[in-house]
Amino acid sequence: MTVKTATGAAAPLPKTGAAGKQGFRAWLNKRLPVDQFLATQVTEYYAPKNFNFWYYFGSLAGVVLVLQLVTGIYLAMFYKPGEATAFDSVQFIMREIDWGWLIRYLHSSGASFFFIVVYLHMFRAFLYGSYKPPRELLWLLGMAVYLALMAEAFMGYVLPWGNMSFWGAQVIINLFGTIPGIGPDLVLWIRGDYGIADATLNRFFSLHVAAVPLALLGLVALHLVALHEVGSNNPDGIEIKEKVGADGHPLDGIPFHPYYTVKDCVGIGVFLVLLAITVFFVPTVGGLFLEAPNWEPANPMSTPEHIAPVWYFTPYYAILRAVPDQRMGALLMLLALMAFLFVPWLDRSPVRSMRYRGWMSRSALAVFAVSFIALGYLGLQPAEGLYVVLARIFAGLYFAFFILMPLYTSLERVKPVPERVVYRAH
Amino acid sequence: MADHAGVAGGDEVDLSRRKFLTRATIATGAVGAVFAAIPFIESWSPSERARAAGLPVTLDLSKVDAGQMTITVWRRSPIYVVRRTPDMVARIAGHDGELKDPESDHSDQPSYAKNPLRSRTAEFLVLVGTCTHLGCLPKQRFAAGELYPSWPGGFFCPCHGSRFDLAGRVFEGSPASINLRVPPYSYPQEHLLLIGADEKGAG
Repeated sequence: MTVKTATGAAAPLPKTGAAGKQGFRAWLNKRLPVDQFLATQVTEYYAPKNFNFWYYFGSLAGVVLVLQLVTGIYLAMFYKPGEATAFDSVQFIMREIDWGWLIRYLHSSGASFFFIVVYLHMFRAFLYGSYKPPRELLWLLGMAVYLALMAEAFMGYVLPWGNMSFWGAQVIINLFGTIPGIGPDLVLWIRGDYGIADATLNRFFSLHVAAVPLALLGLVALHLVALHEVGSNNPDGIEIKEKVGADGHPLDGIPFHPYYTVKDCVGIGVFLVLLAITVFFVPTVGGLFLEAPNWEPANPMSTPEHIAPVWYFTPYYAILRAVPDQRMGALLMLLALMAFLFVPWLDRSPVRSMRYRGWMSRSALAVFAVSFIALGYLGLQPAEGLYVVLARIFAGLYFAFFILMPLYTSLERVKPVPERVVYRAH
Repeated sequence: MADHAGVAGGDEVDLSRRKFLTRATIATGAVGAVFAAIPFIESWSPSERARAAGLPVTLDLSKVDAGQMTITVWRRSPIYVVRRTPDMVARIAGHDGELKDPESDHSDQPSYAKNPLRSRTAEFLVLVGTCTHLGCLPKQRFAAGELYPSWPGGFFCPCHGSRFDLAGRVFEGSPASINLRVPPYSYPQEHLLLIGADEKGAG
């Protein structure tokens, strides 16, 4: 075979590996830039050397994603979507498939661990200002991952077709009914029937196993590309690219591999121990990870005494219930989620990290974290008496954190940020 | 590559023509994409089978005792049918001030149920038994004072605490904003209730 040169004469193809390494590796790299990719993204990707405990959760989120994909693929081999078959097939997995219970509990616990890891990952961003320029888009892509994850978890919880699956879906889908004008038609369209039915379950199955996971993988890939473009933030909130050594690498950076692959392996080890303890000893975590009413088949004629979503949705659910008007409640719940998207522009602080911020930013973040956890607790309790009053107070504090952010971040005195990262060799 | 030498105007590229063609192609493609999306969007609508299963249903009212409620299913929703006693009817009056929508102006019901009793006749109350807040099933709390001393009797939703009177009208302080829905219904014969259809036809 020949190629045409500019003059139109035939020229021989260059011999493989003519000017370099011989063998398969060279052959491969001519056709797929494996070595180049590993070098730029892993072995010569420089990350700040002062990462601490809070930097475990990004890689852990990736580990849980793989866990969910693998266990999910296996569950889909045995699960049968459909009003008449769904509940029974889950019981079949739990009782009659060899190790089926383990695969199912890994998947159900994995969902909760996903949110634990993601919430800690997000808290890290608040702690060190990781959403501030030039990382706004990185933050937005992360939020898109979080929203996709919520959709994925919600639809996944419907699939076992237990009574809480059914009534949880009823409550969440009816939220769309509060949209003025199109609400009722939209709800009918989402359900595909006059109630939560076979049609609803089947489309949720399709979305849960195909559409949303594909979107999640794409968003995670974009999140990582954006991360590697701007580089990781660090606990001091200093841009390490600004201090480059003679070799062209950041003075405060170390190659991701082997330094952080080894560090992350430690985190993964601890994580897997916690996951194993959960799966083997407390798979339901007292109704937090899997709720008791879900051991009853879906019954459209019997509402469980207390409808509560799984714990990772309860902060928003508490806000929804704290408002004595359904449309306002749904709107505030939506706003509570969307508020995160505006954080890069609400935060006016000249420094990134809490280490160099004043007492106002620090207290605000502490109040927010407490409010989020308190709302999470209140969302699990019945909506009555003192619980509602407390939910209103904490919902107010929740929103105050965002609304007042431009004020307290620009008013407070900040400490001087050091030239180089604070790092003690060990 | 095409040889530009033969084209009028020589090597000059007509950028405005290229821009127009690009935009026209994108616009045509976008219209096509919208039309192509329609079947996929429409496929989520209730199927013929689901619509057929949503046809009107009947209920024999002679089986319902005074003061009692029976639940039947229409379009996958529980339908509450209450045979109100004169005492229960009397307890519907007198608390209009505590209600969000006493005249049912903002609520969802056929015109014949837009009255204080929210029914065709005083005796029978027919409601869609899903809370207008988020769709849970309100429980019957018909006895006066059952929830608190001034409680006139009605329905209580266990999910988020919405309260309704014996005409399905929502009390202030409930998360639900409108009264319980009334389905279209009619009485084709004595003691026979037809749910889902009235003089205007099936709804």
